[in-house]
Amino acid sequence: MLSRGVHPLMADRHIYPDSPELRARWGNFVWTEANAAKAKEIVARYPEGRQRSASMPLLDLAQRQVGAETNTQGWLPIPVMEYVANYLDMPIIRVVEVATFYTMYNLVPVGKFHVQVCGTTPCMLRGSDDLISVCKAKKMPTGSVSEDGLWTFTEVECMGNCSSAPMVQINDDNYEDLTVERFEGILDALARGESPKTGTQEPGRHTVEPAGALSNLTAMVNENHDYRGEW
Amino acid sequence: MALQDKDRIFTNLYGYQPWNLAAARARGDWDNTKALMERGRDAIIQEIKDSGLRGRGGAGFPTGMKWSFMPKESKDGRPSFLVINADESEPGSCKDREIIRHDPHKLIEGALVAGFAMGARAAYIYIRGEYIREAETLFAAVAEAYDAGLVGKNASGSGYDFDVFVHRGAGAYICGEETAMIESIEGKKGQPRLKPPFPAGAGLYGCPTTVNNVESIAVAPTILRRGAGWFASFGRENNKGTKLFQISGHVNKPCVVEEEMSIPFSELIEKHCGGIRGGKDNLLAVIPGGSSVPLVPAEQIWDAPMDFDGLRAVGSGLGTAAVIVMDKSTDIVRAISRLSYFYKHESCGQCTPCREGTGWMWRVMERLRKGDADVQEIDMLWNVTKQVEGHTICALGDAAAWPIQGLIRHFRPEIERRIAEKGDALREAAE
Repeated sequence: MLSRGVHPLMADRHIYPDSPELRARWGNFVWTEANAAKAKEIVARYPEGRQRSASMPLLDLAQRQVGAETNTQGWLPIPVMEYVANYLDMPIIRVVEVATFYTMYNLVPVGKFHVQVCGTTPCMLRGSDDLISVCKAKKMPTGSVSEDGLWTFTEVECMGNCSSAPMVQINDDNYEDLTVERFEGILDALARGESPKTGTQEPGRHTVEPAGALSNLTAMVNENHDYRGEW
Repeated sequence: MALQDKDRIFTNLYGYQPWNLAAARARGDWDNTKALMERGRDAIIQEIKDSGLRGRGGAGFPTGMKWSFMPKESKDGRPSFLVINADESEPGSCKDREIIRHDPHKLIEGALVAGFAMGARAAYIYIRGEYIREAETLFAAVAEAYDAGLVGKNASGSGYDFDVFVHRGAGAYICGEETAMIESIEGKKGQPRLKPPFPAGAGLYGCPTTVNNVESIAVAPTILRRGAGWFASFGRENNKGTKLFQISGHVNKPCVVEEEMSIPFSELIEKHCGGIRGGKDNLLAVIPGGSSVPLVPAEQIWDAPMDFDGLRAVGSGLGTAAVIVMDKSTDIVRAISRLSYFYKHESCGQCTPCREGTGWMWRVMERLRKGDADVQEIDMLWNVTKQVEGHTICALGDAAAWPIQGLIRHFRPEIERRIAEKGDALREAAE
């Protein structure tokens, strides 16, 4: 696994060096059958001659395919970026620009679980420092993968879950209203191969309503209430 | 009088009920949308103008007027586009997520009605990349709408062809700026464009484009059904309607809630959030509109009406109505410094004052946090914020400057105290 002493700041992004080994591993990258169909559908979302618009969704698709092949969240080796560029008939540098600009494209390998703790002020006010400490105590590295192959930790910027803060996003799922104990429980469950409950971890809370006694929209709890009769 | 449930637009805000088309229809969405469209483009725009709806993405530009800027007819064959900004990334903001995952059909119906009113042939909904499950719901809801003939060819039986596409971002706050968003949909780095030309003249693919926030679009069908007068009956003059407030930080029950515009801060907090943690006297300061607006000290925010003008009167702004509450346990310098770090991280790097300034401001903020600075540096920082503000292509530079200005304006004694304390400690150590 990669370990290049990457500075633990998110803004520090490097492209994984090109090498014969990298070419040997990823030089033959092609869409799976399912993803080939998906790629076609994605390109069709944009007007004729504007297929370059599909570079973002196709990089995501490619990263996910790499993830499926490596049992991780996935990342974007240079040969895979080249494949996307060729697929869209655009210069490789334009694809590299996109891949390096947007933080969700992983430029280096990540673990099976990419633990992204939101550290921006609304989460910080609700205790994200403690969640970051958990990741550090578990020796989750940033910019590389833990020795057991399971973990990569990144402190990320506001994820838009502020009313159920603090939160982490692990691969495709959010875990909200966290405490140290709840967070550790989730990490342990993931390590055991389980699928812990996603969303809010606050007992009795459904999503982002005021926890405990609802202050509004109580009629919606038990039935799909139609308010039009009261207009 | 506080808002009643029957006047709430987002009745499935908390997701107790399914988001799907059948459930949405039972709640009143997609109810004879064709009839709304038959009123005609001008009548729809007039109704939205009359409702007083101002853009819900932060800037508060009148929505109906924005729609009216679009060309009535295409003189050169270029199509028009509606771009819906679902790139919700402003720290504190978490409302569009609830609309998308719990009430997506309100957004899709709004896209059709708004797109029709401005003569657009398609809508692109730009959803932030981190909203992964939310995007899954949105894709599925759009597919439902196509299958039911609500959008696509002859949308809702109106005779109008209208497509709705979803475009996922990939982690860049700056794409919430409308021209950066357009660049991003075109498959490029999200770096804002110089204006003019404005998007209404040359936007997506060089075509006339209007960019609207999710909430602005999603409320439109209900406004048309219930009338401009109904919507305008809430809130003060120039600040009309209902609004999704998102309360985070040190309240007993953080939540997202739809309330009447102009509701006093105290009422919002007491009624829905279980009050300030530790009680009213424990309140230190509030960032009332998302990270880009200056903080307001406790004594000034308590009775302030939560609307555009009310918050401007206390030196801040409504922004996205993302209310970040901080009690007296808060390290206020750190709270703002963390926002400075956010802007440093999110600067797109295009304009020098922002690219260099955000990093510089963050580093000085970190020294002020620790007291490791000279008192004069407070003024130097203030001056630098003024040099960044207004000197960049987009408002990210301004957004990075304002929180710091708010901090210095209201908490200068606290910053000076830290510097003095550190100085004392150093002198003691030297002796």
